[in-house]
Amino acid sequence: MISPGTTTVDLAKRLRIHVLRMTSSGGSSHIGAAYSMADIIAVLYGGSLRVDPRNPNWENRDRFILSKGHAGACVYAALAECGFFELAKLETHYKDGSDLSGHVSHLGNPGVELSTGSLGHGLSVGSGMALAAKKSGKAFRVFVQMSDGECDEGSNWEAILFAAHHRLDNLTAIVDYNKIQSLDLVSQTLGLEPFADKWAAFGWGVVEVDGHDHDQLRAAFAALPLQGGKPTVVIAHTIKGRGVSFMENSVLWHYRTGRAEEYEAALKELEAS
Amino acid sequence: MKESFSLALLKLARKDENVILITGDLGFGVFDRFREELPDQFLNVGVAEQNMTGVAVGMALEGYIPFTYSIGNFPTLRCLEQIRNDAAYHRANVKVVAIGGGFSYGALGMSHHATEDLAIMRAIPEITVVSPGCLWETEQATEAIVKTPGTCYLRLDKSHAGNTGRPGEVFSIGKARRLREGLDATLIATGGILSEALLAADRLQLEHRIDCRVVSMHSLKPFDKSEIVAAAKETGGIITVEEHVVEGGLGGLIAETLLQVGHPPRAFHRVGLRGGFASAVGSQEFLRKNYDLDSSAIVSAVLQISSLCS
Repeated sequence: MISPGTTTVDLAKRLRIHVLRMTSSGGSSHIGAAYSMADIIAVLYGGSLRVDPRNPNWENRDRFILSKGHAGACVYAALAECGFFELAKLETHYKDGSDLSGHVSHLGNPGVELSTGSLGHGLSVGSGMALAAKKSGKAFRVFVQMSDGECDEGSNWEAILFAAHHRLDNLTAIVDYNKIQSLDLVSQTLGLEPFADKWAAFGWGVVEVDGHDHDQLRAAFAALPLQGGKPTVVIAHTIKGRGVSFMENSVLWHYRTGRAEEYEAALKELEAS
Repeated sequence: MKESFSLALLKLARKDENVILITGDLGFGVFDRFREELPDQFLNVGVAEQNMTGVAVGMALEGYIPFTYSIGNFPTLRCLEQIRNDAAYHRANVKVVAIGGGFSYGALGMSHHATEDLAIMRAIPEITVVSPGCLWETEQATEAIVKTPGTCYLRLDKSHAGNTGRPGEVFSIGKARRLREGLDATLIATGGILSEALLAADRLQLEHRIDCRVVSMHSLKPFDKSEIVAAAKETGGIITVEEHVVEGGLGGLIAETLLQVGHPPRAFHRVGLRGGFASAVGSQEFLRKNYDLDSSAIVSAVLQISSLCS
């Protein structure tokens, strides 16, 4: 796990710096989507998730699925920081011959439960894992990190019905609600509001947090399940591109790669934070 | 075939509590006994095939052996990406079962005609594709896919060729079954339409003194290359028979295999669907006749290649 004395705030900062280097050097996209969830990932891997890097297939580990697979760089960075694999491997991200693909992949990467990249897959698989845990009497929990744009996918709503019907209170969905999807604002594309009400109406326990406030995130994860017999959704209100002023709340930085002056400026801001 | 499958699965599930039957709200009456006897191993996920497949993958990754069941194209095409990305890429032990291969549900219309599934499923890496032709093969294939690690597709049919299993015969995935000997031509069939191939072979022998080898190619992936090559080398030509479009299924598999290994058959014809969607509806028997897939069409194809070779 992360070295003693490292706070989740320190970890989040390191994740953002790794992601900047990885995306800039590899020439990949999705830095904005990685930054909006960096604090969530830091809190999870900084202590809320029960995982063991020395034994990545430990039977009772919590299962974490990154359903918004395009933000994979951030999870790879967290896994490397925790010791699932060498930090040096991050330098290969998105490059020829690497298994650190732009969208998260399990092959060759200990700690990745599920390869994703096509949206709307993770919650169903996570529901299956949670159901399996219930059936076999295992105590592990399942966390599925989703995006807001991903909630356009109908398959998620099939899974949302399913998890509530089967009372999977060992399942937690976390939505990185940064309000911006690939080409435009969520509200201008396919509005989700009233978002929390929708989840509640489908039978989920709902908690809304500031997705950059580590204490709020930690408290939400410590209180799981929110209601016995119900799956929980943590709706994390976030800012796309959070951490670099010129990337924040910008549609552009869903796809743009920071290079040259942009890279230097971003690094400076992050290091000073 | 669905009754044979259901019974075989029940027997397997009694022995192994990890075997789970997941249905997308279909199979009326077929699983009553299973559900009554093993309620904890039965799961109806509702009309939601994408979620059905994802849930099955999640359970498989935790050690279960889930069977996803629905009809026609619903357990395959409707959730194809879940099968490709979630099941196959993770080598998840998910068994996808479709009842209603080809025109099994012919009168229900185009939506229920499963006529491209073999080509599509066999194109996905790491998947086992099995399409039994008779009740014995159905039962054996059900047992065999449980023993085969990874994602498997089992295509079941309403029609079948009875029981073609012989005493003591051992069924193996990837090993074709030669049901008749003959040298004039080889009929290679997959699925329930094997019955039409056997009927055609009878008629050709009786009416035309043409002896056809008949092969049941119940596995398309992996497949029996040596049996295909033997047919090309030893017999007057190959006729492939499938209730499926001619592109990419059994006929495509055999054509590409024989060209690749450098043993083109003396003559070759694919009995299968051509010319677009089947907009006509009707019984499986009617549609086979209507679209030139029945025993008469197979007889004509053999006579045609026989005249070319003589």
